[in-house]
Amino acid sequence: MPVLARRIEAAGIPTVTVTMMPDVADALLTPRVVGVEFPFGHPFGMPADRHTQRRVLATALDVLAGASRPGTRVDVDIEWPQPRGEAYKAWQPAEPSPIVAMMLNRAGRPGGDGAA
Amino acid sequence: MLVDSFRFLPRSFVPLYQSPAPLPGEEEPVWAPFPARLAEASVALITSAGLHVEGKQEPFDAEGERRQPTWGDPTHRVIPAELGERRLGMTHLHVNPTDALADNNVVLPSAVLAELVADGRVGAAGPDHVSVMGYQQAGLEVWRNETAPAIVELLRRQGTDGVVLAPV
Repeated sequence: MPVLARRIEAAGIPTVTVTMMPDVADALLTPRVVGVEFPFGHPFGMPADRHTQRRVLATALDVLAGASRPGTRVDVDIEWPQPRGEAYKAWQPAEPSPIVAMMLNRAGRPGGDGAA
Repeated sequence: MLVDSFRFLPRSFVPLYQSPAPLPGEEEPVWAPFPARLAEASVALITSAGLHVEGKQEPFDAEGERRQPTWGDPTHRVIPAELGERRLGMTHLHVNPTDALADNNVVLPSAVLAELVADGRVGAAGPDHVSVMGYQQAGLEVWRNETAPAIVELLRRQGTDGVVLAPV
C-alpha cells in the first residue's frame, strides 16, 4: 500500500493511509499516516460501530487536508473493544495464507494455525 | 496514544516488519499539497481488502496465489460509491473476511464518507472508489507499472482531490 500511496501522491493527488502498522508505513515514506491499534482486517473498526468508523475516517480526512509536510503521522486514541487474545485469533484466516503455509513447511511444520 | 504496530501480529512475524528500509527507488519523500478546503473537496477511498462487485466483476484470483504463494493478484476493481442493491464480495487469503463482509465500512467506509458529505464536512465522494488486493510481492511491479497508473487515471478523470487508502 505505501507503494500505491506514493505513486498516487507523486502523480499530484494527495493521500493519507490508515494503517494498523504505522511504524512500517512511516519507514516506507508513506506521505501521511494515521495509525490505529486494531487487529488486521479492521482499519476502521468493528462492524456496525459507526462511531469508531466515523472517528477514524474523520481523523484521516483532517490529516489529509491539514498536514503540511511528508512524514506526518497521527495515531487514533481508541482501544480495541475485545481482549487482545480474542482479537488476535479472530482476525486470522481459517487456513494459513499460502505464503505462511510455505514458510511453515520450510520450517518443518506442516500445516499450522496461521499464527506461525 | 502511540499505536503499537505489532500488537496483533504473530510474534514470529515481528522481525520481518521491525526495521523496514525504503524500497529501491522509493528513498525520497513524495508530497502533493492538498488543494482545497475539505468541505469543497472530492475524496475517494482505496482498500486492499480484495473487494469486487458480486455478479458484475470477477473476484480477485485466489487460486493463482495458492499455486504461487509469493504472488498476489495485482489487478484492481472500481467500486461504485453508490452500490444500490449490489453486494461486495471479498477475496483475501491473509485475513478473516467475516467482519468486512458483515459491514463493508470496516475496510471501505463509503457509507461513512457519504454521511460526512451529507453533513457538509466533505465536498463530494467518489463517484468511484477502488479495491486492490493486499499482499503483493511478486506482483509489485505490475502494481507500479500498470495498476497505479490506471488508478491515477481514474482519480483524475473523476476529479478526485484527495485519497484515503487503507491496507487490511
